[in-house]
Amino acid sequence: MTVADALLLALGAIAVGSGALVVTSTHIVRAGLYLVVSLGAMAGLYLVLGAELVAWVQVLVYVGAVVVLLLFAVMLTRAPIGPSADLDRPAWPALVVGGGVGLGLAVLLADAFRWTLVALPETGTTARMGGEIFGTWVLPFEVLSILLLAALVGAIVLSRPDIGAPEKGEA
Amino acid sequence: MHAVIPYVTAALLFGLGVYGVLRRRNAILVLMAVELMLNAVNLILVTAGTLSGGVFALFVIVLAAAEVGVGLAIILQYYRMRAAVHVDEVVLHHEPEAG
Repeated sequence: MTVADALLLALGAIAVGSGALVVTSTHIVRAGLYLVVSLGAMAGLYLVLGAELVAWVQVLVYVGAVVVLLLFAVMLTRAPIGPSADLDRPAWPALVVGGGVGLGLAVLLADAFRWTLVALPETGTTARMGGEIFGTWVLPFEVLSILLLAALVGAIVLSRPDIGAPEKGEA
Repeated sequence: MHAVIPYVTAALLFGLGVYGVLRRRNAILVLMAVELMLNAVNLILVTAGTLSGGVFALFVIVLAAAEVGVGLAIILQYYRMRAAVHVDEVVLHHEPEAG
């Protein structure tokens, strides 16, 4: 049990605990804020595992942008501030499938790795990650930029007000 | 470091994400649960290999950003048309115009 193990355990517990609150909270806004805690703990996990660049990109893109987008959507759809009773569907199918997947994967991975010690990987600093991205993975990187452009155009087209349901009397 | 700790954490987070997707009615909360699942996969990738796995984790983060952008645009447009965000009330078949 080293310092890295203790940090991994603590941050993992925070991530799983706030993740559980994300999917069970009755306040929509609180679910979004628990998501921030969970994603931040994941960034900490990446730092402990040596993936510096991924950790900071996680903070910038997820905590900074994605969660803000989600909270904007919460506001734009006029979600109530207090607790809402109509957020959930019946629990048992979700419990069976979700619990089955989660516990099954956990048992599978725990059985595969047991309690073996692995050396901490070399740190993924920005220089190394940049070399890897622009050396080995250039083509997927470029494809991803096209995908981002397509997503941008798609979001703009979808948000245009003139393609909604036809007004009464029109068309 | 014991590799089993982050792997089991990721498995539990993925299970929570699946639970959230199946349990929640509000489309925005479904998207949040999808984010949890994507993050669990990222954790597995980073644990498996910091360099190549990290590159793939970055790709998944970009994909998640694109997915959230388009998904929220769809949700907002649906809200504008129907004033509702419940995924189990979405009409999938084409309704004939009532006039």
